[in-house]
Amino acid sequence: MLDHTNKDGRSNGYGDGGLVVEDTANLTFQVHRKVFVSPDILENENRAIFDKCWVYVGHASEVKNPGDFRTRHVAGRPVIFCRDRKGEVRALFNVCRHRGALVCREREGNTRQFQCIYHGWTYNTDGSVKGIPGDDAYPPSYDKQGKALTPVARLEHYKDFYFANLDPDAQDLHTYLAGAKDYIDLVVDQSPSGKMEIIAGTQEYDIKANWKLLVENSVDDYHLVTTHSTWLNYMRNSGVNVTPTKGHMLPTKGFGKDLGNGHLTTDNPNYRGRPVARWISVFGEEAKADIDAIRKELVGRLGEARAERVANTNRNLCIFPNLVINDGSSVTVRHFTPVAPDLMHVTAWALGPVEETEAQRARRLHAFLTFYGPGGFATPDDVAALELAQQGYAAWREVPWTDLSRGMGSSQEQLATDEGHLRVFWRKWDAMMNGASA
Amino acid sequence: MNKPLDPAATVTRAEVEDFLYQEADLLDSWRLDDWLSLLTDIAEYYVPPNDKPDGDHRFTLFTIADDIVRLRERVIRLKDPNCHAEYPPSNTRRLITNVRITGMDGDLILVAANFAIFRHRRNEPAPRQFIGRYRYKLKRTDAGLKIQERRAILDAEELGAMGAVSFLL
Ligand code: FES
Ligand SMILES: [Fe+2]
Repeated sequence: MLDHTNKDGRSNGYGDGGLVVEDTANLTFQVHRKVFVSPDILENENRAIFDKCWVYVGHASEVKNPGDFRTRHVAGRPVIFCRDRKGEVRALFNVCRHRGALVCREREGNTRQFQCIYHGWTYNTDGSVKGIPGDDAYPPSYDKQGKALTPVARLEHYKDFYFANLDPDAQDLHTYLAGAKDYIDLVVDQSPSGKMEIIAGTQEYDIKANWKLLVENSVDDYHLVTTHSTWLNYMRNSGVNVTPTKGHMLPTKGFGKDLGNGHLTTDNPNYRGRPVARWISVFGEEAKADIDAIRKELVGRLGEARAERVANTNRNLCIFPNLVINDGSSVTVRHFTPVAPDLMHVTAWALGPVEETEAQRARRLHAFLTFYGPGGFATPDDVAALELAQQGYAAWREVPWTDLSRGMGSSQEQLATDEGHLRVFWRKWDAMMNGASA
Repeated sequence: MNKPLDPAATVTRAEVEDFLYQEADLLDSWRLDDWLSLLTDIAEYYVPPNDKPDGDHRFTLFTIADDIVRLRERVIRLKDPNCHAEYPPSNTRRLITNVRITGMDGDLILVAANFAIFRHRRNEPAPRQFIGRYRYKLKRTDAGLKIQERRAILDAEELGAMGAVSFLL
């Protein structure tokens, strides 16, 4: 067990003091940089966090029809995410029960069966055994049907977002999600039918940095002005007002929120345009009437106040430990997995209402690429910032503490440019690393 | 129906190769304003996602899908020292081979080529390698060949170690 009570901020880390040190007397919050470089800590994270938490697998829209499948990784394990022939969504370990080969090698598709190429065992889409070549060589007592593809211990969804849990005793997903559910609702409410879909096209890229840095970065509005000055410039050139409001770093005053159970979000009045539904000049004059119509539909369906909430706020939501849903210039669903202490693998998609017209969909995708993704005007600079941080941690022994004290002691609600919501993540991380349940 | 134009009557492969090599030189030497002058004023630039190389950017999330307006803004960004992902600018070296004229689309000349781009950065011992194929639509103008559309299609199954596509592929 770690010493969680260290208050002097002088510990040299794991084993002889706390790694997350909150000093409520002096109003400082520090994280020891060993957490970004240590292979032992990553191993502990895998066991204490990723093997215990609800981890995002995929969206129902990706396996729309019976027989649809996607091969994914869940907490580093190969998994087939599919809809079986009877229509039930499944997550099965993509591992042959015979001698362990990966069974399905395609990224996605539709199938009646999964066949292992090694000795030819076949499985139905619900995982049950379909055929074992030469099965007369097994004794009569051999439990052939007991050799089904192993399902992940738990698979549950909230509004079509599917999560898996490797821990059979985990609390149910809806309880786990706590206040994050309200923020998923705000995303889903963009669709008249309440149906969103993942749009074709996957962005998969590595960042040479510790995975926790992307949690911080995804919700950190403090970095926007410096890291993303070229994006702000582009917005300005396009006629969008990005002048900071008085006494604030950003064009609007937004907040950072604790959603319980380690989940957190920013909650910002929009200034940068939204496909649903706030027009900015980047969309072009011809889009104005269409965006008005989308807005009208929202108001009619949800009422003025809720429509305002859905259409006029941006929210970067982080679901502990590694799922981020950014509902900003467009909607992105992004999750990331540690490969090594200094390397993460990121996967991101765009999400949109199923009813969108061709023009609306094109506008959403255009808006997405303006900011997000490995070719966007912002994300590459985030990647650069995170990789620079990781490079700095080569001196973690000499310069050991990361500071997350912004906004501490403030009597006001925490701003999105404060670090109060980042501290929410770190407290949960620390508690779980010290044995707390998910 | 009109008979499609014969590309051989419009342009030679040597001419196209010279054009692509000149473009490569401008990009590798970061002469981006000069590079912009190779584009028509409705030019488009695409990098499809690795898992949908033949996708349509209107229904598919691309890595890059720039119209000319955003492409000009991209160049403004790339020249800005606050474009952190490309400051100091990467040393890139692009090798272009297998250049072929594949047909005509109206008055546009369709060109295919292969590329290997090596991107070197400070503090990175090995170059990041971007391998793939180009698909161009070129237009013959009074001022010579111009680019109406360029599409850089990566061969890799995912961006992976390439990380971000922060420079012009
Ligand atoms: S390992 Fe799959 S059939 Fe033998
Ligand atoms: Fe950022």
